[in-house]
Amino acid sequence: MRPLDEAETTAVFEKLFKFTGNNLKNIVENPSHEGPDPNPGRYCFRLHKNRVYYVSESLVKRATNIARPKLVSLGTCIGKFTHGGKFHLTIQALSLVAANARHKVWIKPTSEMSFLYGNHVLKGGLGRITDSIAPGDGVVVYSMSDVPLGFGVAAKSMQDCRKLDPNGIVVLHQSDIGEYLRMEDEL
Amino acid sequence: MAPVVLNKKRGKKWQKPPLEKKQRKNDPFVEKRSKTEEISNDSDSDIENEEVKDPQEFEDEGEESGSDTGSELLSDGDDPLADDFLRGSDDEEKGRDSDSGSDSDSDSDSDVSDIEKKSRAIDEERAREKEEALEEMQLNIREESDEFRLPTKEEIEEEKQQPPDLPNLQRRIKEIVRVLSNFKDLSQKGTSRKEYVQQLKLDLGSYYGYNEFLIGALVEMFPPVELMELIESFEKPRPICLRTNTLKTRRRDLADVLINRGVNLDPLSKWSKVGLVVYDSQVPIGATPEYMAGFYMLQSASSFLPVMALAPQEKERVIDMAAAPGGKTTYIAALMKNTGLIYANEMKASRLKSLTANLHRMGVTNTIVCNYDGNELPKVLGLNTVDRVLLDAPCSGTGVISKDESVKTSKSLEDIQKCSYLQKFINDFDDILSVKQLILAAIDMVDANSKSGGYIVYSTCSIMVTENEAVIDYALKKRDVKLVPCGLDFGRQGFVRFREHRFHPSLEKTRRFYPHVHNMDGFFVAKLKKMSNSKKTSAGPQPSETVEQQTPESNVSNGDKKTEENSEQVLMKKATTKAKDLKKKTSGLAENGNVESPSNEKRRKKRKFPSREEISKVREEKRKTLREKKFTPTKYLSPRRKDMISQTPDNSAMTQTAGKTRRPTFTYDRSVEGPLRSMIARRRGA
Repeated sequence: MRPLDEAETTAVFEKLFKFTGNNLKNIVENPSHEGPDPNPGRYCFRLHKNRVYYVSESLVKRATNIARPKLVSLGTCIGKFTHGGKFHLTIQALSLVAANARHKVWIKPTSEMSFLYGNHVLKGGLGRITDSIAPGDGVVVYSMSDVPLGFGVAAKSMQDCRKLDPNGIVVLHQSDIGEYLRMEDEL
Repeated sequence: MAPVVLNKKRGKKWQKPPLEKKQRKNDPFVEKRSKTEEISNDSDSDIENEEVKDPQEFEDEGEESGSDTGSELLSDGDDPLADDFLRGSDDEEKGRDSDSGSDSDSDSDSDVSDIEKKSRAIDEERAREKEEALEEMQLNIREESDEFRLPTKEEIEEEKQQPPDLPNLQRRIKEIVRVLSNFKDLSQKGTSRKEYVQQLKLDLGSYYGYNEFLIGALVEMFPPVELMELIESFEKPRPICLRTNTLKTRRRDLADVLINRGVNLDPLSKWSKVGLVVYDSQVPIGATPEYMAGFYMLQSASSFLPVMALAPQEKERVIDMAAAPGGKTTYIAALMKNTGLIYANEMKASRLKSLTANLHRMGVTNTIVCNYDGNELPKVLGLNTVDRVLLDAPCSGTGVISKDESVKTSKSLEDIQKCSYLQKFINDFDDILSVKQLILAAIDMVDANSKSGGYIVYSTCSIMVTENEAVIDYALKKRDVKLVPCGLDFGRQGFVRFREHRFHPSLEKTRRFYPHVHNMDGFFVAKLKKMSNSKKTSAGPQPSETVEQQTPESNVSNGDKKTEENSEQVLMKKATTKAKDLKKKTSGLAENGNVESPSNEKRRKKRKFPSREEISKVREEKRKTLREKKFTPTKYLSPRRKDMISQTPDNSAMTQTAGKTRRPTFTYDRSVEGPLRSMIARRRGA
């Protein structure tokens, strides 16, 4: 387990910025109540076996004495680095991202299951959508009852979405909570 | 012969009115008549009888035909006679009974004897019927109380050769249980209780599929009627329960949402505010969007209990020593509201994935997951450092037979003593001693002086005494801990004595749960409070047993300790030095609570690390090489340039542009450096 270095930090923050925009500072400066210390500490990022963890500092301190091969997980895993060095956000970051998301999309109950199987969001399944979405923005997908289902990348801007036919893709799927059941081993 | 003829006639006359009258009176009498005739036919009779019988027979056969004529004959003149006759017959009956044989009639002797015989015959008939009735009654009674006889050895041999006759087995099981419950009255004389019990064990084993050891253990623990209930309840699965994740939702809201999806559920019981029991469901309960969003966890009701007993507070440090798949850990985190710190340890690497997945799914952020053997944890996490420990020990799983039927056949005495997992998991533990070691390790990690804690909860999903009460008793003897009430008052108290074992009396504070009583899996929960840290702390895994004895401070007071100590005095000398070291470390640890020992820190400072920038540069270079390996530049170069590049080692060509590095390992040919650099720069620019 080690802290991220410059390049890695930029990669992670770039990805997060797509979803949160200026709320990124909330993520970094969130007071954390974890850990047995009475004062809330701060969160930090740590890299362990190519996975990036978002952990409270007090946890990090106390995890240092666990040997590297034996340490499995800390706090919340938010993503992992691939062999090529790219950073991908995984579904476990959902709670963090959804709390600070700027662009949101609500989908109808009928197309919930389709999204949870890994398919993209089509225009016909769209319920509500926040304004000012540019293509390539990170978008968090919610169900109509405000349960976050996953996240993805916007395929088109808001205006283009209106012109689309019902089978057009609005949000490209990146990660959804169905992965906890489908791909538990790969998380 | 004239009188005979007369007699015959009279006989006829005689017979008819009595016949008729008796027909009018009672049909049975007619039947009796025919019977009496049969009887009298059979008996050695006088000629008179025979003569009398024949006309009787004739008359009986020709009753209907003759009776009409007879009646006509009779009706005129015989009525007064008939009356007399009737009365006479009554007198004759009375006379019969008294056996006097004195007939009021002055008729011929043959007639009188005739009547006598008939009446005697009737009497006999009645008596016989009464006897038969009595016998029948007695037969009935005797069949019930005809006690169930144990099958003899031959019968058992026969049964072994045939396939098991299930209804027969079931009947026999029921009979034996009935006998055993009222042994005095119902048992066969000469057969002891033991033989009945033995036969019951065999029958239960073959009917339900248990192996001998397991059924023997169960028989020892329960009276026969309760044993049947227990075994029946093991055959059926317990209802599915789920636990609301209070970090994300409330039970009421969750119940509403699930009911809308078509799940039929109810609150679990009054002792739980987060439990729900599912009766049936139209959608798969483990795959709803709510499950995936982490609103609830599928868990058996018995798994709620150890965490409820542990009662972790906010901002505490808790260790869960056998955490996978994470149901209890997530419950602990929910109770602590994601504050404090949880160490979730799991020994089996194969189960770690599900543990981490569950933790992330349920939104738990205060957990560190590690993969140690429980006995090593004190070394890693330190002694006297945490507030609470939950040890849900690996066990034989005899309490969850309804989930996994293979437990019935696979658990033998060695298994219980070896304390193996269910067949699903690899058995790494060597001994029941290992569970005992685990609990000592657990106790050692808890800080007795913690402000809000100092508790250890030990639980198993087993009902065997050797895994439950025996382990707690061992812990009580070895460490300065005491049992406290769990807070789960609806369970049954643990055994204070069992067969030849005698446990500490406070073991009544432990709790046992059974499927047939509480409708949850078999379970055992015990809550210990650590009174002081002064008890000897165990260091390495192997000499732990011996090292414990050597402490001068150990407060072990039981007499049976002496024998153990004597045998281990040889090792004493070796161990004392270790003990001293340990003491130093532990005293140091206890003071500052920091896990790292001072010597380690010093050692680390001596190492010189390269600066951060250098490290990041090196990493950048590594990444570039990884990326550029895919893009092989030599393919696209002309042959001349390939030659030039091939003369130099690969590293140099690529990493030259990155600047200076501290890597002393690689060398490059400086003569090629210049032209190469320019070439590469030109290419890059182009």
